[in-house]
Amino acid sequence: VWKSRVDKVNAELVTLTYGTMVAQLCSDFDSNYAEVNNQLDKMGYNIGIRLIEDFFAKSGVPRCANLRETAETISKVGFKIFLNITPIVTNWAADNKQFSLIFEENPLADFVELPDDGKAQDELWFSNMLCGILRGALEMVQMQIEAHYVSDVLRGDDTTEMRITLLRYIDDEMPPDDE
Amino acid sequence: GGGGAGGSTLGGTATGSGTEEGEEGERKREGAYRRLDALGYRVGQGIVERFSRDRPRFTDTLDMIKFLCKDVWQLIFRKQIDNLKTNHRGIYVLTDNTFRPLARMSMASPAEAVIKAQPFLWFPSGVMRGALASMGLNTTVHAETSELPGAIFQIKTVGAKP
Repeated sequence: VWKSRVDKVNAELVTLTYGTMVAQLCSDFDSNYAEVNNQLDKMGYNIGIRLIEDFFAKSGVPRCANLRETAETISKVGFKIFLNITPIVTNWAADNKQFSLIFEENPLADFVELPDDGKAQDELWFSNMLCGILRGALEMVQMQIEAHYVSDVLRGDDTTEMRITLLRYIDDEMPPDDE
Repeated sequence: GGGGAGGSTLGGTATGSGTEEGEEGERKREGAYRRLDALGYRVGQGIVERFSRDRPRFTDTLDMIKFLCKDVWQLIFRKQIDNLKTNHRGIYVLTDNTFRPLARMSMASPAEAVIKAQPFLWFPSGVMRGALASMGLNTTVHAETSELPGAIFQIKTVGAKP
């Protein structure tokens, strides 16, 4: 019963707040969209390293045995809890270290249009904060990953796809031997 | 604390709530607060534009304030304002006894908690200002908390006399 007691926030409030924030960044960095992407990723990272605790508290999921399990958990539990969506896990690389999340819906981007300045369409990854969140959250469970968008319907692409690569499992760092 | 160009103000003083000391730190904090207020303003505008669309036109100021206390508050914080007072000359005091953003905050010392909580009131103050502006009412909003998780918002319509 307690599992369903996840506090909910109005979706449009989230959309509006996120959109307003991105707009503010675009103006702060004078439409330097590479920098905006970078800032969104950083903010996401800072959210992710904290969000992981909340994720475990809410979900109570056990340890994942491999990246395929991790990917399924991210989609069906993580995104489900926090954004009420389940992106499709697909496009696995042969070495099983790389996959894609395809977003059929994205609450962050509802009724969003990118700035019509001939640049944003090519340079801005509007939802880039999500990449940072995954990077931060997974780092807290000993996984160093790289995440970036490869397409976005906001740019006129057919799909919104995020590519995630497992770089390495982070070894527990032993305290220095003080013999 | 800090004022603002027709913006929101917060009670108490936020000095010492950040890690950076001195004038430079203070200036940066002020900038951050003003930005939070401005972000809130835009969100408030958007919320009202979307959610007042199918209701009748607001007839008077109290009507607008009530919409803020009931509908907008419910939408954003999933509860209504607990108490509304007015001097009938353009000042409205809204009390929320369990203000959501502050609901889970605690510190060893209550006084310290109140100081740390203060920055979290900028965004909501901006939302209120934006929401009312969207209804056609220019205001300033002053927010403070004296005991967590309560928060008090004083709305002053522009031109009101105390």
